[in-house]
Amino acid sequence: MTTSYDAIILGAGIVGAACALECARAGMRVAIVERDSIGSGATAAGMGHIVAMDDSPAQLALTSYSRSLWNQLAPELPASVEYHACGTIWVAADDEEMAEVHRKFDYYATQGVEAEVLDSNALAVAEPNLVRPLAGGLLVTHDAVLYPPCAAGYLVEQAQQHGAIIILGRAVTSAAHGRVHLDNGTVLQTAIIVNATGSLASQLTPGLQIKPRKGHLIITDRYPGYLHHQLVELGYLKSAHSSTSDSVAFNVQPRKTGQLLIGSSRQFDSDNTRIDHKIVAAMIERAALYMPGLPSLSALRIWSGFRAATPDKLPLIGPTEDPTVFLATGHEGLGITTSLGTARLLVDHLLARPTAIPLAPYLPSRLPSTHPSDEAIHV
Amino acid sequence: MSKQMRSEQIQITIDQEPMTVAAGSTVAVAIALAGLHCRTSITGEPRGPLCAMGICFECRATVNGIAHSRTCQLLCEPAMDIRTQ
Repeated sequence: MTTSYDAIILGAGIVGAACALECARAGMRVAIVERDSIGSGATAAGMGHIVAMDDSPAQLALTSYSRSLWNQLAPELPASVEYHACGTIWVAADDEEMAEVHRKFDYYATQGVEAEVLDSNALAVAEPNLVRPLAGGLLVTHDAVLYPPCAAGYLVEQAQQHGAIIILGRAVTSAAHGRVHLDNGTVLQTAIIVNATGSLASQLTPGLQIKPRKGHLIITDRYPGYLHHQLVELGYLKSAHSSTSDSVAFNVQPRKTGQLLIGSSRQFDSDNTRIDHKIVAAMIERAALYMPGLPSLSALRIWSGFRAATPDKLPLIGPTEDPTVFLATGHEGLGITTSLGTARLLVDHLLARPTAIPLAPYLPSRLPSTHPSDEAIHV
Repeated sequence: MSKQMRSEQIQITIDQEPMTVAAGSTVAVAIALAGLHCRTSITGEPRGPLCAMGICFECRATVNGIAHSRTCQLLCEPAMDIRTQ
């Protein structure tokens, strides 16, 4: 006997959870299949920022749209999600970076992203534990942080209240042509399959240009009042995180608990979650340049995880060559921010509703397939 | 108690209140003698030394400005500034 659904979501990370809720809310019969536990992959490994990011116009469109959906949802979120509307300060170390603060401010103003320029003094007042003097910074007012596994859990719960069912502890062995095969032999039939398995997505949908990109994070003990905003060095995009080599950048977040989350690192060509102590040391050294007191705080835990990285740093959202298979993956370091926007765009597309922002920049078809059989066609 | 047996006394402050303890006392003991607990958990419960050997981290307090010091592993020193968390 087979069971039939309107939509089966593969993966209960934050993106899959958001897709499940959006589909269930639209009245679809939804199942979510999760191999491990809810929000246990990149969702658990990441920092949990809700941020506007402008690496490209399409990135800003999606992050800003999705952030507005989080801002709207915030009052409903349970305390366990630890939503903290702390704002982000992009920290400028010198005059050159301060020029970038002004450029960013002007650009954000044209895009409706509220921000405030801080001069050297205002930055020191806003964050007394930063080194002095720094040139200033850009406070992005409506950015926030949250605790991602609980956010994913909340979205799944909401989906369940709208009738979705969740199948936990079962791996998917294949998902194509409207059929999802589970590792216990069960076959589920569905009109729509949404592959939201992050960096593992190409195992079920071959040919995707997704590479796992390893990151490390450090969490400290509780130091309430030590830090008030999420801080990111302005060199974050330009110098520190080039798309090919290993890199670190200063990024620190205050958690509602008073803990500090210290990042960040990016490494390709690593296939295991072992802690790379050279990278962790480089992260701490980088952080100490901005916050000299950080190394004397007590760290509780260091861990690593994998982001699902695409070549153009934009996610894959939408249809594939298999008319039953849709993608919601490739969110790299922005999956928490962009989860709600991804889900809304995907379901608007599925139901042929107008989308709030154009879907085109995120369509999987923009990237050539790496699948061998596809390459053969081009020979 | 004979005079020779009496140990040297030192002055410290706990939560800004002056206090005298015997030299060689751990900070955890000084806090207990003051009738206080080392810290309050996130859910509002009192916490103090459980393992008394530096493993459980239940006895943390701020000592001379350093938060999360394990008080069971620290001996009181003259003029030490101890603050419960």
